[in-house]
Amino acid sequence: MDWLLEPFRHEFMQRALLGGALIGFTNGFLGAFVVLRRLALMADSLSHSLLPGLVIGVMVFGLAPQGLFLGALVAALFVALGSQMIARSSRLKEDTALGILYTVTFSIGLVLLSFVKVRVSLMHYLFGNIIGLADSDLWVCYAVTLITVPVLAALQRPFLLTLFEPNVARSQGVAVGALNLLLIVLLVLTMVSSLQAVGVILLLGLLLAPAATIYMLCDSFPAMLWGGGLIGLVGSVAGLVLSNRVPNLPSGAAIVLVLGVMFFVAYLFSPRYGIIGRLVRRRHLHEESLARWPKDRE
Amino acid sequence: MRIGARTPSHSLQVSDLTVSYHRIPAVHHMSFEVACGQCVALLGPNGAGKSTLLKALAGLLPLETGSLAFHGRPVRGATPEFAYLPQREAIDWDFPTTVRGLVEMGRYVRVGPWGRYSSEDAKAVDAAIASMQLGAWEHRQVSALSGGQQQRSFLARALAQEAHLFLLDEPFTGLDKPTQDNLRALLRGLREQGKLIIASHHDLTTVPDIFDRVLFLNGELIAAGPVSEVFHEENIQRAYGTRVFSGHEHPHEH
Repeated sequence: MDWLLEPFRHEFMQRALLGGALIGFTNGFLGAFVVLRRLALMADSLSHSLLPGLVIGVMVFGLAPQGLFLGALVAALFVALGSQMIARSSRLKEDTALGILYTVTFSIGLVLLSFVKVRVSLMHYLFGNIIGLADSDLWVCYAVTLITVPVLAALQRPFLLTLFEPNVARSQGVAVGALNLLLIVLLVLTMVSSLQAVGVILLLGLLLAPAATIYMLCDSFPAMLWGGGLIGLVGSVAGLVLSNRVPNLPSGAAIVLVLGVMFFVAYLFSPRYGIIGRLVRRRHLHEESLARWPKDRE
Repeated sequence: MRIGARTPSHSLQVSDLTVSYHRIPAVHHMSFEVACGQCVALLGPNGAGKSTLLKALAGLLPLETGSLAFHGRPVRGATPEFAYLPQREAIDWDFPTTVRGLVEMGRYVRVGPWGRYSSEDAKAVDAAIASMQLGAWEHRQVSALSGGQQQRSFLARALAQEAHLFLLDEPFTGLDKPTQDNLRALLRGLREQGKLIIASHHDLTTVPDIFDRVLFLNGELIAAGPVSEVFHEENIQRAYGTRVFSGHEHPHEH
Protein backbone atom coordinates (compact mmCIF):
# COMPACT_ATOMS: atom_id res chain seq x y z
CA MET A 1 0.00 0.00 0.00
CA ASP A 2 2.76 2.37 0.99
CA TRP A 3 4.50 1.43 -2.23
CA LEU A 4 1.45 2.69 -4.15
CA LEU A 5 0.96 5.83 -2.09
CA GLU A 6 4.58 6.89 -2.17
CA PRO A 7 4.37 8.79 -5.49
CA PHE A 8 1.54 10.96 -4.15
CA ARG A 9 3.90 12.58 -1.60
CA HIS A 10 6.02 14.52 -4.06
CA GLU A 11 4.80 17.83 -5.35
CA PHE A 12 5.87 17.23 -8.96
CA MET A 13 4.05 13.88 -8.89
CA GLN A 14 0.94 15.43 -7.39
CA ARG A 15 0.92 17.90 -10.23
CA ALA A 16 1.47 15.15 -12.80
CA LEU A 17 -1.28 13.02 -11.28
CA LEU A 18 -3.73 15.89 -11.24
CA GLY A 19 -2.90 16.76 -14.84
CA GLY A 20 -3.08 13.10 -15.87
CA ALA A 21 -6.46 12.67 -14.20
CA LEU A 22 -7.89 15.75 -15.93
CA ILE A 23 -6.49 14.85 -19.33
CA GLY A 24 -7.47 11.20 -18.95
CA PHE A 25 -11.05 12.04 -18.04
CA THR A 26 -11.49 14.63 -20.80
CA ASN A 27 -10.03 12.36 -23.47
CA GLY A 28 -12.10 9.38 -22.34
CA PHE A 29 -15.28 11.45 -22.31
CA LEU A 30 -14.63 12.99 -25.71
CA GLY A 31 -13.44 9.65 -27.08
CA ALA A 32 -16.99 8.27 -27.03
CA PHE A 33 -18.03 10.95 -29.52
CA VAL A 34 -14.97 10.28 -31.67
CA VAL A 35 -15.61 6.52 -31.78
CA LEU A 36 -19.33 6.83 -32.53
CA ARG A 37 -18.87 9.59 -35.10
CA ARG A 38 -16.02 7.55 -36.65
CA LEU A 39 -13.57 10.39 -36.33
CA ALA A 40 -10.59 8.17 -35.46
CA LEU A 41 -8.89 8.90 -38.77
CA MET A 42 -9.53 12.61 -38.36
CA ALA A 43 -8.08 12.47 -34.84
CA ASP A 44 -5.00 10.66 -36.12
CA SER A 45 -4.45 13.25 -38.85
CA LEU A 46 -4.94 16.10 -36.42
CA SER A 47 -2.45 14.65 -33.96
CA HIS A 48 0.16 14.61 -36.71
CA SER A 49 -0.62 18.14 -37.76
CA LEU A 50 0.15 19.35 -34.24
CA LEU A 51 3.88 18.91 -34.85
CA PRO A 52 4.24 21.45 -37.68
CA GLY A 53 2.08 23.76 -35.60
CA LEU A 54 4.58 23.50 -32.78
CA VAL A 55 7.48 24.26 -35.11
CA ILE A 56 5.72 27.34 -36.44
CA GLY A 57 4.91 28.32 -32.86
CA VAL A 58 8.60 28.12 -31.95
CA MET A 59 9.59 30.14 -35.01
CA VAL A 60 7.13 32.92 -34.32
CA PHE A 61 7.00 33.06 -30.52
CA GLY A 62 10.08 31.19 -29.33
CA LEU A 63 9.75 28.43 -26.73
CA ALA A 64 7.02 30.07 -24.67
CA PRO A 65 4.29 27.47 -23.98
CA GLN A 66 1.51 29.88 -25.04
CA GLY A 67 3.13 30.24 -28.47
CA LEU A 68 3.42 26.47 -28.89
CA PHE A 69 -0.18 26.03 -27.82
CA LEU A 70 -1.33 28.62 -30.31
CA GLY A 71 0.74 27.14 -33.16
CA ALA A 72 -0.60 23.63 -32.56
CA LEU A 73 -4.15 24.93 -32.31
CA VAL A 74 -3.95 26.86 -35.56
CA ALA A 75 -2.35 24.00 -37.51
CA ALA A 76 -4.89 21.44 -36.30
CA LEU A 77 -7.83 23.73 -37.01
CA PHE A 78 -6.40 24.42 -40.45
CA VAL A 79 -6.26 20.69 -41.26
CA ALA A 80 -9.64 19.90 -39.66
CA LEU A 81 -11.62 22.70 -41.26
CA GLY A 82 -9.66 22.64 -44.52
CA SER A 83 -10.42 18.96 -45.08
CA GLN A 84 -14.12 19.58 -44.37
CA MET A 85 -14.09 22.39 -46.89
CA ILE A 86 -12.39 20.29 -49.58
CA ALA A 87 -14.76 17.37 -48.97
CA ARG A 88 -17.83 19.60 -49.24
CA SER A 89 -16.73 21.61 -52.24
CA SER A 90 -15.46 18.77 -54.44
CA ARG A 91 -16.13 15.13 -55.23
CA LEU A 92 -13.34 14.01 -52.87
CA LYS A 93 -14.32 12.32 -49.62
CA GLU A 94 -13.13 13.52 -46.25
CA ASP A 95 -10.57 10.74 -45.60
CA THR A 96 -8.63 11.57 -48.74
CA ALA A 97 -8.78 15.31 -48.11
CA LEU A 98 -7.51 14.74 -44.57
CA GLY A 99 -4.69 12.49 -45.75
CA ILE A 100 -3.45 15.07 -48.21
CA LEU A 101 -3.76 18.07 -45.92
CA TYR A 102 -2.08 16.54 -42.89
CA THR A 103 0.88 15.09 -44.78
CA VAL A 104 1.40 18.41 -46.57
CA THR A 105 1.23 20.21 -43.22
CA PHE A 106 3.58 17.66 -41.67
CA SER A 107 6.04 18.16 -44.56
CA ILE A 108 5.93 21.91 -44.07
CA GLY A 109 6.80 21.20 -40.43
CA LEU A 110 9.77 19.01 -41.41
CA VAL A 111 11.07 21.61 -43.85
CA LEU A 112 10.78 24.34 -41.26
CA LEU A 113 12.38 22.12 -38.64
CA SER A 114 15.56 21.97 -40.70
CA PHE A 115 15.85 25.74 -40.30
CA VAL A 116 15.10 25.82 -36.59
CA LYS A 117 17.58 24.47 -34.05
CA VAL A 118 15.17 23.34 -31.35
CA ARG A 119 14.96 19.67 -32.18
CA VAL A 120 15.63 18.45 -28.67
CA SER A 121 12.85 20.33 -26.95
CA LEU A 122 10.43 19.36 -29.68
CA MET A 123 11.24 15.66 -29.21
CA HIS A 124 9.65 16.07 -25.86
CA TYR A 125 6.35 16.83 -27.62
CA LEU A 126 6.56 13.68 -29.69
CA PHE A 127 6.28 11.34 -26.71
CA GLY A 128 5.26 13.70 -23.94
CA ASN A 129 6.63 14.25 -20.47
CA ILE A 130 3.93 14.54 -17.89
CA ILE A 131 6.42 14.72 -15.01
CA GLY A 132 7.58 18.02 -16.46
CA LEU A 133 4.09 19.49 -16.31
CA ALA A 134 4.41 23.16 -15.37
CA ASP A 135 1.75 25.23 -13.64
CA SER A 136 0.89 26.89 -16.94
CA ASP A 137 0.28 23.47 -18.53
CA LEU A 138 -1.93 22.55 -15.64
CA TRP A 139 -3.98 25.69 -16.18
CA VAL A 140 -4.46 24.73 -19.82
CA CYS A 141 -5.68 21.29 -18.66
CA TYR A 142 -8.15 22.85 -16.23
CA ALA A 143 -9.46 25.23 -18.86
CA VAL A 144 -9.87 22.61 -21.58
CA THR A 145 -11.54 20.12 -19.22
CA LEU A 146 -13.86 22.82 -17.93
CA ILE A 147 -14.86 23.74 -21.48
CA THR A 148 -15.01 20.33 -23.15
CA VAL A 149 -16.80 18.17 -20.59
CA PRO A 150 -19.58 20.61 -19.59
CA VAL A 151 -20.27 21.62 -23.20
CA LEU A 152 -20.51 18.01 -24.39
CA ALA A 153 -22.57 17.00 -21.36
CA ALA A 154 -24.96 19.93 -21.82
CA LEU A 155 -25.48 19.12 -25.49
CA GLN A 156 -25.71 15.37 -24.86
CA ARG A 157 -29.22 14.95 -26.28
CA PRO A 158 -28.70 16.73 -29.61
CA PHE A 159 -25.33 15.00 -29.93
CA LEU A 160 -26.94 11.63 -29.30
CA LEU A 161 -29.49 12.27 -32.07
CA THR A 162 -26.77 13.45 -34.45
CA LEU A 163 -24.39 10.57 -33.79
CA PHE A 164 -27.11 7.96 -34.17
CA GLU A 165 -28.59 9.18 -37.45
CA PRO A 166 -27.72 12.66 -38.71
CA ASN A 167 -30.52 12.80 -41.30
CA VAL A 168 -33.24 11.99 -38.81
CA ALA A 169 -31.68 14.46 -36.38
CA ARG A 170 -31.68 17.17 -39.03
CA SER A 171 -35.31 16.45 -39.86
CA GLN A 172 -36.08 17.03 -36.18
CA GLY A 173 -34.48 20.45 -36.26
CA VAL A 174 -31.11 19.55 -34.69
CA ALA A 175 -28.26 21.77 -35.94
CA VAL A 176 -26.19 18.81 -37.14
CA GLY A 177 -23.56 20.82 -39.02
CA ALA A 178 -22.88 23.14 -36.09
CA LEU A 179 -22.58 20.21 -33.67
CA ASN A 180 -20.07 18.45 -35.93
CA LEU A 181 -17.99 21.60 -36.15
CA LEU A 182 -18.13 22.09 -32.39
CA LEU A 183 -17.00 18.50 -31.89
CA ILE A 184 -13.95 19.04 -34.11
CA VAL A 185 -13.01 22.25 -32.31
CA LEU A 186 -13.27 20.53 -28.91
CA LEU A 187 -11.25 17.63 -30.28
CA VAL A 188 -8.46 19.96 -31.33
CA LEU A 189 -8.49 21.77 -27.97
CA THR A 190 -8.32 18.51 -26.05
CA MET A 191 -5.50 17.16 -28.19
CA VAL A 192 -3.44 20.28 -27.77
CA SER A 193 -3.91 20.14 -24.00
CA SER A 194 -2.81 16.49 -23.93
CA LEU A 195 0.37 17.14 -25.93
CA GLN A 196 2.63 17.90 -23.00
CA ALA A 197 1.47 14.79 -21.15
CA VAL A 198 1.50 12.01 -23.74
CA GLY A 199 2.88 13.59 -26.90
CA VAL A 200 1.80 13.74 -30.52
CA ILE A 201 2.15 10.03 -31.21
CA LEU A 202 0.44 8.57 -28.16
CA LEU A 203 -2.43 10.94 -27.64
CA LEU A 204 -4.59 8.99 -30.05
CA GLY A 205 -4.43 6.01 -27.69
CA LEU A 206 -5.50 8.13 -24.75
CA LEU A 207 -8.43 9.40 -26.81
CA LEU A 208 -9.65 6.14 -28.35
CA ALA A 209 -8.77 3.31 -25.95
CA PRO A 210 -11.08 4.28 -23.02
CA ALA A 211 -14.04 4.85 -25.36
CA ALA A 212 -13.37 1.60 -27.24
CA THR A 213 -13.18 -0.25 -23.90
CA ILE A 214 -16.49 1.06 -22.61
CA TYR A 215 -18.10 0.51 -26.04
CA MET A 216 -17.40 -3.21 -25.58
CA LEU A 217 -19.20 -3.12 -22.24
CA CYS A 218 -22.39 -1.09 -22.43
CA ASP A 219 -25.41 -0.16 -24.54
CA SER A 220 -26.14 3.27 -23.17
CA PHE A 221 -24.85 6.56 -24.50
CA PRO A 222 -24.56 8.40 -21.14
CA ALA A 223 -22.81 5.34 -19.67
CA MET A 224 -20.40 5.45 -22.57
CA LEU A 225 -19.49 9.10 -21.94
CA TRP A 226 -19.02 8.96 -18.18
CA GLY A 227 -17.63 5.44 -18.23
CA GLY A 228 -15.10 6.44 -20.89
CA GLY A 229 -14.08 9.42 -18.77
CA LEU A 230 -13.68 7.22 -15.71
CA ILE A 231 -11.59 4.63 -17.56
CA GLY A 232 -9.39 7.39 -18.99
CA LEU A 233 -8.90 8.84 -15.51
CA VAL A 234 -8.14 5.52 -13.81
CA GLY A 235 -5.86 4.40 -16.65
CA SER A 236 -3.89 7.65 -16.62
CA VAL A 237 -3.38 7.66 -12.86
CA ALA A 238 -2.47 3.95 -12.83
CA GLY A 239 -0.05 4.45 -15.73
CA LEU A 240 1.60 7.35 -13.92
CA VAL A 241 2.01 5.46 -10.67
CA LEU A 242 3.44 2.55 -12.61
CA SER A 243 5.94 4.72 -14.45
CA ASN A 244 7.00 6.28 -11.19
CA ARG A 245 7.54 2.89 -9.52
CA VAL A 246 9.22 1.08 -12.40
CA PRO A 247 12.55 2.66 -13.26
CA ASN A 248 12.92 4.06 -16.80
CA LEU A 249 9.32 3.44 -17.78
CA PRO A 250 8.23 6.49 -19.83
CA SER A 251 5.01 8.00 -18.48
CA GLY A 252 3.08 8.47 -21.74
CA ALA A 253 3.78 4.92 -22.86
CA ALA A 254 2.85 3.56 -19.42
CA ILE A 255 -0.54 5.32 -19.56
CA VAL A 256 -1.34 4.05 -23.06
CA LEU A 257 -0.17 0.54 -22.12
CA VAL A 258 -2.47 0.42 -19.09
CA LEU A 259 -5.36 1.64 -21.26
CA GLY A 260 -4.43 -0.92 -23.92
CA VAL A 261 -4.52 -3.74 -21.40
CA MET A 262 -7.94 -2.55 -20.22
CA PHE A 263 -9.18 -2.54 -23.80
CA PHE A 264 -7.95 -6.07 -24.53
CA VAL A 265 -9.49 -7.37 -21.32
CA ALA A 266 -12.84 -5.87 -22.38
CA TYR A 267 -12.41 -7.16 -25.93
CA LEU A 268 -11.84 -10.69 -24.64
CA PHE A 269 -14.01 -10.87 -21.54
CA SER A 270 -16.89 -8.44 -22.04
CA PRO A 271 -19.99 -10.34 -20.86
CA ARG A 272 -22.06 -9.29 -23.87
CA TYR A 273 -19.66 -8.46 -26.68
CA GLY A 274 -16.46 -10.25 -25.68
CA ILE A 275 -14.79 -12.88 -27.82
CA ILE A 276 -14.48 -15.45 -25.02
CA GLY A 277 -18.10 -15.06 -23.99
CA ARG A 278 -19.20 -15.65 -27.54
CA LEU A 279 -17.16 -18.85 -27.79
CA VAL A 280 -18.24 -20.22 -24.42
CA ARG A 281 -21.89 -19.32 -24.77
CA ARG A 282 -22.36 -21.08 -28.07
CA ARG A 283 -25.51 -22.96 -27.11
CA HIS A 284 -27.57 -24.12 -29.99
CA LEU A 285 -30.91 -23.47 -28.29
CA HIS A 286 -32.30 -26.49 -30.06
CA GLU A 287 -34.65 -27.43 -27.19
CA GLU A 288 -36.05 -23.91 -27.18
CA SER A 289 -36.47 -24.02 -30.93
CA LEU A 290 -38.31 -27.35 -30.84
CA ALA A 291 -40.54 -26.09 -28.04
CA ARG A 292 -42.23 -23.76 -30.50
CA TRP A 293 -44.21 -26.61 -32.00
CA PRO A 294 -47.10 -28.36 -30.19
CA LYS A 295 -46.06 -31.56 -28.41
CA ASP A 296 -48.91 -33.70 -29.77
CA ARG A 297 -47.08 -34.58 -32.96
CA GLU A 298 -45.21 -37.45 -31.35
CA MET B 1 -54.02 18.49 -31.21
CA ARG B 2 -57.52 17.69 -32.45
CA ILE B 3 -57.86 14.27 -33.93
CA GLY B 4 -60.69 13.09 -36.04
CA ALA B 5 -61.98 16.47 -37.18
CA ARG B 6 -61.07 16.27 -40.83
CA THR B 7 -61.45 19.91 -41.72
CA PRO B 8 -59.98 20.95 -45.06
CA SER B 9 -56.94 22.37 -43.28
CA HIS B 10 -56.20 18.99 -41.67
CA SER B 11 -53.90 18.15 -44.50
CA LEU B 12 -50.51 18.53 -46.09
CA GLN B 13 -50.46 21.02 -48.94
CA VAL B 14 -47.57 21.03 -51.34
CA SER B 15 -47.46 23.76 -53.94
CA ASP B 16 -45.09 24.15 -56.85
CA LEU B 17 -42.30 22.13 -55.21
CA THR B 18 -39.00 21.83 -57.10
CA VAL B 19 -35.93 20.15 -55.60
CA SER B 20 -32.56 19.65 -57.33
CA TYR B 21 -29.58 17.39 -56.91
CA HIS B 22 -26.37 18.81 -58.38
CA ARG B 23 -28.41 21.45 -60.20
CA ILE B 24 -30.54 18.86 -62.03
CA PRO B 25 -34.12 19.09 -60.78
CA ALA B 26 -35.25 15.71 -59.45
CA VAL B 27 -38.73 16.86 -58.53
CA HIS B 28 -40.37 19.42 -60.78
CA HIS B 29 -43.10 21.88 -59.78
CA MET B 30 -45.20 19.40 -57.84
CA SER B 31 -48.45 20.45 -56.28
CA PHE B 32 -50.77 18.19 -54.34
CA GLU B 33 -52.82 18.06 -51.19
CA VAL B 34 -53.41 15.02 -49.01
CA ALA B 35 -55.71 14.90 -46.00
CA CYS B 36 -54.52 13.43 -42.71
CA GLY B 37 -55.68 9.99 -41.62
CA GLN B 38 -54.45 8.23 -44.74
CA CYS B 39 -51.64 6.03 -46.00
CA VAL B 40 -50.19 7.46 -49.18
CA ALA B 41 -47.87 5.55 -51.52
CA LEU B 42 -45.20 7.26 -53.60
CA LEU B 43 -44.83 5.18 -56.75
CA GLY B 44 -42.45 5.52 -59.65
CA PRO B 45 -39.31 4.00 -61.16
CA ASN B 46 -35.85 4.30 -59.57
CA GLY B 47 -34.69 7.87 -59.92
CA ALA B 48 -38.23 9.20 -60.17
CA GLY B 49 -37.69 11.42 -57.14
CA LYS B 50 -39.48 9.42 -54.42
CA SER B 51 -36.66 9.67 -51.86
CA THR B 52 -35.97 13.26 -52.91
CA LEU B 53 -39.57 14.23 -52.31
CA LEU B 54 -39.55 12.53 -48.88
CA LYS B 55 -36.33 14.28 -47.88
CA ALA B 56 -37.60 17.62 -49.12
CA LEU B 57 -40.80 17.21 -47.09
CA ALA B 58 -38.63 16.33 -44.05
CA GLY B 59 -36.70 19.56 -44.45
CA LEU B 60 -33.47 17.82 -45.43
CA LEU B 61 -33.13 19.41 -48.87
CA PRO B 62 -33.47 23.06 -49.83
CA LEU B 63 -36.57 23.85 -51.87
CA GLU B 64 -35.74 25.51 -55.16
CA THR B 65 -39.30 26.66 -55.66
CA GLY B 66 -42.56 26.15 -53.87
CA SER B 67 -43.80 25.81 -50.34
CA LEU B 68 -45.36 23.41 -47.84
CA ALA B 69 -48.21 23.88 -45.44
CA PHE B 70 -49.38 21.45 -42.77
CA HIS B 71 -52.67 21.90 -40.92
CA GLY B 72 -52.96 25.23 -42.67
CA ARG B 73 -49.66 26.58 -41.33
CA PRO B 74 -46.63 27.12 -43.54
CA VAL B 75 -43.70 24.78 -42.85
CA ARG B 76 -40.12 25.84 -43.50
CA GLY B 77 -37.28 23.42 -42.87
CA ALA B 78 -37.40 20.81 -40.14
CA THR B 79 -40.31 20.44 -37.73
CA PRO B 80 -40.97 17.93 -34.93
CA GLU B 81 -44.45 17.42 -36.40
CA PHE B 82 -42.83 15.47 -39.23
CA ALA B 83 -40.91 12.25 -38.65
CA TYR B 84 -38.55 10.97 -41.30
CA LEU B 85 -37.57 7.29 -41.31
CA PRO B 86 -34.53 6.52 -43.47
CA GLN B 87 -33.95 3.21 -45.21
CA ARG B 88 -32.76 0.59 -42.75
CA GLU B 89 -29.34 0.21 -44.41
CA ALA B 90 -28.54 3.85 -43.61
CA ILE B 91 -28.33 3.21 -39.87
CA ASP B 92 -25.47 2.02 -37.66
CA TRP B 93 -27.31 -0.63 -35.68
CA ASP B 94 -24.28 -1.24 -33.42
CA PHE B 95 -24.90 2.12 -31.80
CA PRO B 96 -24.97 1.81 -27.99
CA THR B 97 -28.70 2.11 -27.50
CA THR B 98 -31.58 -0.15 -26.58
CA VAL B 99 -35.05 -0.04 -28.14
CA ARG B 100 -36.17 2.12 -25.25
CA GLY B 101 -33.20 4.44 -25.71
CA LEU B 102 -34.08 4.82 -29.38
CA VAL B 103 -37.70 5.67 -28.60
CA GLU B 104 -36.55 8.19 -25.95
CA MET B 105 -34.64 10.01 -28.71
CA GLY B 106 -38.03 10.96 -30.15
CA ARG B 107 -39.00 12.39 -26.79
CA TYR B 108 -35.87 14.56 -26.59
CA VAL B 109 -37.17 16.49 -29.57
CA ARG B 110 -40.15 17.57 -27.45
CA VAL B 111 -38.28 17.96 -24.15
CA GLY B 112 -35.45 19.98 -25.70
CA PRO B 113 -31.75 19.73 -24.92
CA TRP B 114 -32.07 20.85 -21.31
CA GLY B 115 -35.70 20.19 -20.39
CA ARG B 116 -36.42 17.79 -17.55
CA TYR B 117 -37.29 14.29 -18.68
CA SER B 118 -40.41 13.81 -16.59
CA SER B 119 -42.56 10.82 -15.71
CA GLU B 120 -44.98 12.09 -18.38
CA ASP B 121 -42.24 11.63 -20.94
CA ALA B 122 -41.52 8.14 -19.65
CA LYS B 123 -45.24 7.36 -20.02
CA ALA B 124 -45.27 8.64 -23.60
CA VAL B 125 -42.32 6.35 -24.34
CA ASP B 126 -44.09 3.41 -22.67
CA ALA B 127 -47.19 4.06 -24.77
CA ALA B 128 -45.19 4.31 -28.00
CA ILE B 129 -43.37 1.06 -27.24
CA ALA B 130 -46.64 -0.69 -26.39
CA SER B 131 -48.46 0.49 -29.48
CA MET B 132 -45.66 -0.76 -31.71
CA GLN B 133 -45.69 -4.12 -29.85
CA LEU B 134 -42.09 -3.82 -28.73
CA GLY B 135 -42.56 -4.42 -24.99
CA ALA B 136 -40.74 -7.75 -25.05
CA TRP B 137 -37.67 -6.22 -26.71
CA GLU B 138 -37.58 -2.92 -24.85
CA HIS B 139 -34.16 -3.56 -23.30
CA ARG B 140 -32.53 -5.20 -26.30
CA GLN B 141 -29.68 -3.53 -28.10
CA VAL B 142 -31.01 -2.46 -31.50
CA SER B 143 -28.82 -4.74 -33.63
CA ALA B 144 -30.38 -7.77 -31.89
CA LEU B 145 -33.74 -7.03 -33.53
CA SER B 146 -35.32 -8.35 -36.70
CA GLY B 147 -35.90 -6.02 -39.64
CA GLY B 148 -39.57 -5.58 -38.78
CA GLN B 149 -38.77 -4.81 -35.15
CA GLN B 150 -36.18 -2.22 -36.22
CA GLN B 151 -38.79 -0.60 -38.45
CA ARG B 152 -41.27 -0.55 -35.57
CA SER B 153 -38.68 0.95 -33.21
CA PHE B 154 -38.35 3.92 -35.52
CA LEU B 155 -42.14 4.24 -35.78
CA ALA B 156 -42.29 4.18 -31.97
CA ARG B 157 -39.65 6.92 -31.87
CA ALA B 158 -41.80 9.00 -34.21
CA LEU B 159 -44.83 8.38 -31.99
CA ALA B 160 -42.89 9.46 -28.90
CA GLN B 161 -41.98 12.59 -30.83
CA GLU B 162 -45.75 13.19 -31.32
CA ALA B 163 -45.21 13.45 -35.05
CA HIS B 164 -48.30 13.77 -37.24
CA LEU B 165 -46.74 13.21 -40.62
CA PHE B 166 -44.68 10.02 -41.07
CA LEU B 167 -42.29 10.05 -44.03
CA LEU B 168 -41.09 6.50 -44.66
CA ASP B 169 -38.46 5.52 -47.19
CA GLU B 170 -39.25 2.03 -48.52
CA PRO B 171 -40.56 0.69 -45.20
CA PHE B 172 -41.72 -2.63 -46.66
CA THR B 173 -38.48 -3.53 -48.40
CA GLY B 174 -36.88 -6.73 -47.15
CA LEU B 175 -39.75 -7.74 -44.89
CA ASP B 176 -41.38 -11.16 -45.24
CA LYS B 177 -45.14 -11.56 -45.65
CA PRO B 178 -46.17 -11.88 -41.95
CA THR B 179 -43.93 -8.94 -41.03
CA GLN B 180 -45.38 -6.87 -43.86
CA ASP B 181 -48.90 -7.70 -42.68
CA ASN B 182 -47.98 -6.68 -39.15
CA LEU B 183 -46.47 -3.38 -40.30
CA ARG B 184 -49.50 -2.74 -42.49
CA ALA B 185 -51.82 -3.26 -39.51
CA LEU B 186 -49.73 -0.89 -37.40
CA LEU B 187 -49.76 1.78 -40.11
CA ARG B 188 -53.54 1.40 -40.33
CA GLY B 189 -53.68 1.98 -36.58
CA LEU B 190 -51.70 5.21 -37.03
CA ARG B 191 -54.03 6.23 -39.81
CA GLU B 192 -57.04 5.71 -37.52
CA GLN B 193 -55.39 8.09 -35.04
CA GLY B 194 -55.45 10.75 -37.74
CA LYS B 195 -51.78 10.52 -38.68
CA LEU B 196 -50.71 11.01 -42.26
CA ILE B 197 -48.32 8.40 -43.62
CA ILE B 198 -46.40 8.95 -46.84
CA ALA B 199 -44.19 6.05 -47.93
CA SER B 200 -42.17 5.30 -51.01
CA HIS B 201 -42.99 1.85 -52.24
CA HIS B 202 -41.94 -0.37 -55.10
CA ASP B 203 -44.01 -3.53 -54.89
CA LEU B 204 -47.04 -2.69 -57.03
CA THR B 205 -48.91 -5.88 -56.11
CA THR B 206 -49.28 -4.84 -52.46
CA VAL B 207 -50.37 -1.25 -53.10
CA PRO B 208 -54.16 -1.76 -52.82
CA ASP B 209 -53.71 -3.79 -49.61
CA ILE B 210 -51.64 -1.20 -47.80
CA PHE B 211 -52.48 2.23 -49.12
CA ASP B 212 -55.49 4.52 -49.46
CA ARG B 213 -54.00 6.92 -51.92
CA VAL B 214 -51.17 6.95 -54.45
CA LEU B 215 -48.95 9.58 -55.98
CA PHE B 216 -47.33 8.51 -59.24
CA LEU B 217 -44.02 10.29 -59.82
CA ASN B 218 -41.46 10.45 -62.54
CA GLY B 219 -39.72 13.75 -62.06
CA GLU B 220 -43.18 15.26 -62.42
CA LEU B 221 -46.34 14.40 -60.57
CA ILE B 222 -48.13 12.08 -62.98
CA ALA B 223 -51.28 11.22 -61.12
CA ALA B 224 -52.62 11.54 -57.59
CA GLY B 225 -55.76 10.25 -55.98
CA PRO B 226 -57.47 7.38 -54.18
CA VAL B 227 -56.19 3.91 -55.05
CA SER B 228 -59.56 2.94 -56.55
CA GLU B 229 -59.45 5.86 -58.98
CA VAL B 230 -55.86 6.32 -60.10
CA PHE B 231 -54.11 3.00 -59.45
CA HIS B 232 -54.63 1.49 -62.89
CA GLU B 233 -52.61 0.21 -65.81
CA GLU B 234 -52.58 3.46 -67.75
CA ASN B 235 -51.00 5.49 -64.95
CA ILE B 236 -48.55 2.69 -64.15
CA GLN B 237 -47.48 2.74 -67.78
CA ARG B 238 -47.14 6.51 -67.76
CA ALA B 239 -44.99 6.47 -64.61
CA TYR B 240 -42.82 3.44 -65.32
CA GLY B 241 -42.81 3.43 -69.12
CA THR B 242 -41.06 6.78 -69.47
CA ARG B 243 -37.32 7.13 -69.22
CA VAL B 244 -36.11 8.88 -66.06
CA PHE B 245 -35.08 12.52 -66.54
CA SER B 246 -31.34 13.06 -66.12
CA GLY B 247 -31.06 16.62 -67.34
CA HIS B 248 -28.44 15.77 -69.98
CA GLU B 249 -30.45 14.14 -72.68
CA HIS B 250 -31.31 15.71 -76.00
CA PRO B 251 -34.16 13.75 -77.52
CA HIS B 252 -34.42 16.28 -80.37
CA GLU B 253 -31.92 17.15 -83.10
CA HIS B 254 -29.91 20.33 -82.68
